Amino acid sequence: MTELGTLHAPLQVEFDYTRSLGPTLSGFMTGLKRRQIFGGVLSDGSVAVPPPEYDSKTYDAITELVPVADVGVIQSWAWVPEPVPGQPLDKPFAFAQIVLDGADKPLLHAVAVATAADIQTGMRVRAVWADETVGSITDIRWFEPEGDSPATTPGPEGETVEGIVSPVKLSYDYAASPEESKFFRGLAEGKLIGQRCPVCEKVYVPPRGACPVDGVPTTDEVEVADHGVITTFCIVNVPFAGQQIPIPYVSAYVLLDGADIAFLHLILGIDAADVRMGLRVKAVWKPRDEWGTTIANISHFEPTGEPDADYETYKVHL
Amino acid sequence: MTRDVAIVGYSQRQMKEFDGSPTCVELLVPIFQELWGQTGWTKSDIGFWCSGSSDYLAGRAFSFVSAVDAIGALPPVMESHVEMDAAWALYESWVKIQTGLVDSALVYGFGKSSAGALRRVMSLQMDPYTVTPLWADAVSVAAIQARSGLESGTFDESQMAKVVARSMSDAVSNDSAIRKGATTAEDVLAQPLYADPLRRWDCAPVSDGAAAMIITAADAPGFAKLKGPKAWITGFEHRIEAGALNSRDLKVSESTKSAGAAAGVDGVDLAELHAPFSHQELILKDALGLGDDVRINPSGGALTANPMFTAGLNRIGEAARQVWAGDSQRALAHATSGPALQHNLVLTMEGRS
Ligand SMILES: [Zn+2]
Repeated sequence: MTELGTLHAPLQVEFDYTRSLGPTLSGFMTGLKRRQIFGGVLSDGSVAVPPPEYDSKTYDAITELVPVADVGVIQSWAWVPEPVPGQPLDKPFAFAQIVLDGADKPLLHAVAVATAADIQTGMRVRAVWADETVGSITDIRWFEPEGDSPATTPGPEGETVEGIVSPVKLSYDYAASPEESKFFRGLAEGKLIGQRCPVCEKVYVPPRGACPVDGVPTTDEVEVADHGVITTFCIVNVPFAGQQIPIPYVSAYVLLDGADIAFLHLILGIDAADVRMGLRVKAVWKPRDEWGTTIANISHFEPTGEPDADYETYKVHL
Repeated sequence: MTRDVAIVGYSQRQMKEFDGSPTCVELLVPIFQELWGQTGWTKSDIGFWCSGSSDYLAGRAFSFVSAVDAIGALPPVMESHVEMDAAWALYESWVKIQTGLVDSALVYGFGKSSAGALRRVMSLQMDPYTVTPLWADAVSVAAIQARSGLESGTFDESQMAKVVARSMSDAVSNDSAIRKGATTAEDVLAQPLYADPLRRWDCAPVSDGAAAMIITAADAPGFAKLKGPKAWITGFEHRIEAGALNSRDLKVSESTKSAGAAAGVDGVDLAELHAPFSHQELILKDALGLGDDVRINPSGGALTANPMFTAGLNRIGEAARQVWAGDSQRALAHATSGPALQHNLVLTMEGRS
């Protein structure tokens, strides 16, 4: 059934998390912006960098921040032979736990050295600061062996940093299920392929891995028509990021003739105000040379001009 | 008093790369069918459904909702989800049974780790303010933990190599293990370092998979018609430590120790420990106070297959299989979650004649 394997496509997921800061982390980030690292004083008097918001033993809020040095000692480390996107360096480096002078608990950060032979526990390292600081842990680009370069002088006090923005970008190789793959391969040939549940005999378009009613694989393949009836719809009047069609437009559930489950598509060729439940519509395919294994082969649906379907004929499919 | 609850069904699939959708519905459907075969039950005998998975792994929003397709949820079912290993979905289900609200549960987990860069995706579980922006990946964090143990003399490289060798050798008889083969500690030490101090074999292989389990109270209405042996749960506890790595002593596992003490580890003859890195097995064994007479991970453990969100449940399932077969009288299973053994769960079970 799946001799061809499934269809795959690269998928990028991106989101900028905007995070507000409580008083503890606000103090820490405000310090970083002027190249001053702060530690939090824990209930036992020890100093932790970064400062936790609450003490893990007493659960008290950490309120006292003290300045610590931007130089310190490596407590433990790991070699990163194959950096991944977003990490501080894009060539091999080390992540290390670094106990800064004046602190007791280590900061996790990167150490820039050429090879694993150039780093060891107990080694002294110094922060390398970004040219432009914003109040983020990445204001420290990485640490490097201490050497004899002069100490960093923190800048003057500035505005309080009250939030950070963390961009997250994830890359996936997204696979369609075997059933979805068949559906998309059918589309590349101008066909709409569904599958029938062997138990309830409902025809799903697009086909799914299992009948959600019966929990059994939907195995029997069926080709359905590229025309059908609008069971329900909405008129989109609200603009949103990434919108590709001028508003107002109609998104509708189209129940294809021969299918039992409606699927969502765009309705054009009719004034939005005239779209109605029961309206008969047909697929408008793009020119054949633009087809791929995608639902976008169908540009949209438009009215067929046939009389409306009787409500009784589609009410069980709503 | 706790209600007597037994593990009565378990099935799983794990593989290096699953050629299918990240919702894993195609894996779950046959797994559920196997559970009906093992137990003689149907979905109407199940009072509660609970799953463990993560959309970050799937790259798809609400993937666990799509996975509900595999159940056949009409009439509607009582269902829940945890963004954790399915071992915690089992815990939620066990608590639900203890409350008396339900009598039985089917627990499942799934994950397609191969869809993304797993160690990078896992950096999203770190502190989002001060660590995730550095994309501190799961292998690096574990390697820092390993070095803490190695350089303090808590354990040594040869002990780690023995864990790898035993796991890979034991996995030969496990059809669903991914990395396996008769291996000696010398073979392991001959491998080059990867994420110094870790070798590749010290790190679990990236794995895809799904698993499911049925548990039931002894007084469930359908209990009498159950086929097959039972593994009775005698202790079930989990403990978590602070999220900040620098607030923990990484070379020990206080949460495992505390969960083990609460669950009761006395008299166990077998332990399935969820250690995705070789040195973590040493830390866990020490935290649980397991003697050398306790068989550890006869399945090969997570070092030979570690499908995210099911590898912990698999430890419980593999231990239950040993109890069902009469090869263990009293078994312990452990699951972990979070970076560097942050959160740990211990379940003990026994066979009864
Ligand atoms: Zn059906």
